[in-house]
Amino acid sequence: MTSARRKAYGVKGAPYAFLLPATILFALFFALPIGYAIWLSLHKVQVKGLGLGSGARSEVWAGLENYTDALTDSELLAGALRVLGYGAIVVPVMLGLALLFALMLDTERVRLAPVTRLAIFLPYAIPGVVAALLWGFLYLPDVSPFYFVLDKLGLPQPDLLDGGGLYAALSNIAVWGGTGFNMIVIYTSLQAIPAEVHEAAKLDGAPPLQIALRIKIPMVAPSLVLTFFFSIIATLQVFSEPTTLKPLTNSVSTTWSPLMKVYVDAFGKGDIHSAAAGAVIIALVTLVLSFGFLRAANSRTKQEEAR
Amino acid sequence: MSSLAVRKAAPAAGTTPGTAQGPPLRRRIAFVPTLTLLLGAIYCLLPVAWVVIAATKSGRELFSTFTFLPGTGFAENLSDLNAYRDGVYWKWMGNSALYAGLGALLSTAVSALSGYALAIYRFRGRETVFSILLAGVLMPPVILAIPQYLLLAKADLTDSYASVLLPLILSPYGVYLARIYATAAVPSDVVEAGRMDGASEWRIFTRVALPMMIPGLVTVFLFQFVAVWNNFLLPYIMLSDDEKFPITLGLFTLLEQGANTPALYTLVITGALLAVIPLIALFLVIQRFWSLDLLSGAVKS
Repeated sequence: MTSARRKAYGVKGAPYAFLLPATILFALFFALPIGYAIWLSLHKVQVKGLGLGSGARSEVWAGLENYTDALTDSELLAGALRVLGYGAIVVPVMLGLALLFALMLDTERVRLAPVTRLAIFLPYAIPGVVAALLWGFLYLPDVSPFYFVLDKLGLPQPDLLDGGGLYAALSNIAVWGGTGFNMIVIYTSLQAIPAEVHEAAKLDGAPPLQIALRIKIPMVAPSLVLTFFFSIIATLQVFSEPTTLKPLTNSVSTTWSPLMKVYVDAFGKGDIHSAAAGAVIIALVTLVLSFGFLRAANSRTKQEEAR
Repeated sequence: MSSLAVRKAAPAAGTTPGTAQGPPLRRRIAFVPTLTLLLGAIYCLLPVAWVVIAATKSGRELFSTFTFLPGTGFAENLSDLNAYRDGVYWKWMGNSALYAGLGALLSTAVSALSGYALAIYRFRGRETVFSILLAGVLMPPVILAIPQYLLLAKADLTDSYASVLLPLILSPYGVYLARIYATAAVPSDVVEAGRMDGASEWRIFTRVALPMMIPGLVTVFLFQFVAVWNNFLLPYIMLSDDEKFPITLGLFTLLEQGANTPALYTLVITGALLAVIPLIALFLVIQRFWSLDLLSGAVKS
């Protein structure tokens, strides 16, 4: 009797014991830092007198001051606009290509599918810093094969590391690195479509393009929504690619993206309170945009179901 | 274990469509899709091909000869890289292997424990715990990294191996995947049978459930390995002693110095090539037994 009761207790307690390491890590490295960032963002340093001595600098309540400062900071807003422009290129192009490749892989009588699938997925294994470094060299006119070809053809040579070209250059790095992973996600859900579904359409004489547009794409819509969602989150936090390109060109400033601005605030200027406010704002904007997209996507699917 | 066989067979069947059509039709190739995929593959392989060739060029050849013409300086580049600051490059590679290997191993262990608990047990607060853990995936690393640095600074742990390892152990995505794999691979009657035999919960997990979860856990390990190996922001913030740098950060500092001394460019390029070789090799080897589809949590039952 007692052993049975002990066993029942053991079963009851087991899941909590199994979850203990994750819970401790979550508390220490997720919950605590987020709480601390919010606390910091609501405080500022007050200097008494000349700011000398141990008690001269104290942290006092600042209310929303850091936030109003950040939101009226022209550099942060300019950075936000740059990243929105960059995201407006990256997300549609990357996911468009991922969907295209996934559909092509799913076509009948396609050749070399396993090899090309692996090749397109390969950039996923390459660190963003190394990817930016490789492309960065390919953008340098002295090294690049593109400039060589353009030169031989007598065509104008755009500057990829300045002005509008820089957006294309940075976007290309992200597209190159991210297409393969998203292709795999979409391809997996394409494979999950029961064969009867397109067999039936084929018997009705529907051409492959029609099957892709009318049947396959609507059926993989949930995974498209998911890839969009995660791409938005990743894009808004772009950091390593522009940071890596910086040594190769003067047109990437140290505050090119909002995240880089936060980094400079925290470690360049040592103003951790402004940096915390900036980080919280980026996190909030990211969550609002990504969840806003998710809600919009969901309500659309519901409407279509209702029709 | 039969589920593994199914998983391995499924993508193979998917990649050779048209088998049912009979031999005459199989010869016809779908040109547009094949061509599109080939173009995509060329685009993705282009920078890799470039770095292979560029690494063979000497500093002078890099800026003077045609991009895709191999040079003569590979051996020299390699010995320069070896000699650079007493072989600090290899130190970086070793650090990356340590961060990624140990980090992924710990991460997989935590994910396996949590995923198993969330999949097998019915307990109060299960869905709440799962949702809170998953919310971590949505937290931008930026809001975490800077306060993590400040908090670790208070504990005097910054600029240490632990500062890069510890924050990355809990992977919400890993927990999510492990839960899916545990649900699919560990039948509840097997767990029940273990209890009937009087085995403890821990014993059931290690002896019965864990072996069944291995294929899924390999995916969690590889995913986490790549994520840590490729991480830049966290070591960039945490570390200042370049003896502790991972390869991403090491190459970046090399490139930064190269902006003033172009002679370092050949070192950066050779270093970049050697840095991607292990990961590419890992991919080519594992993709023979590891289905990429598992990454998206696809479990065919």
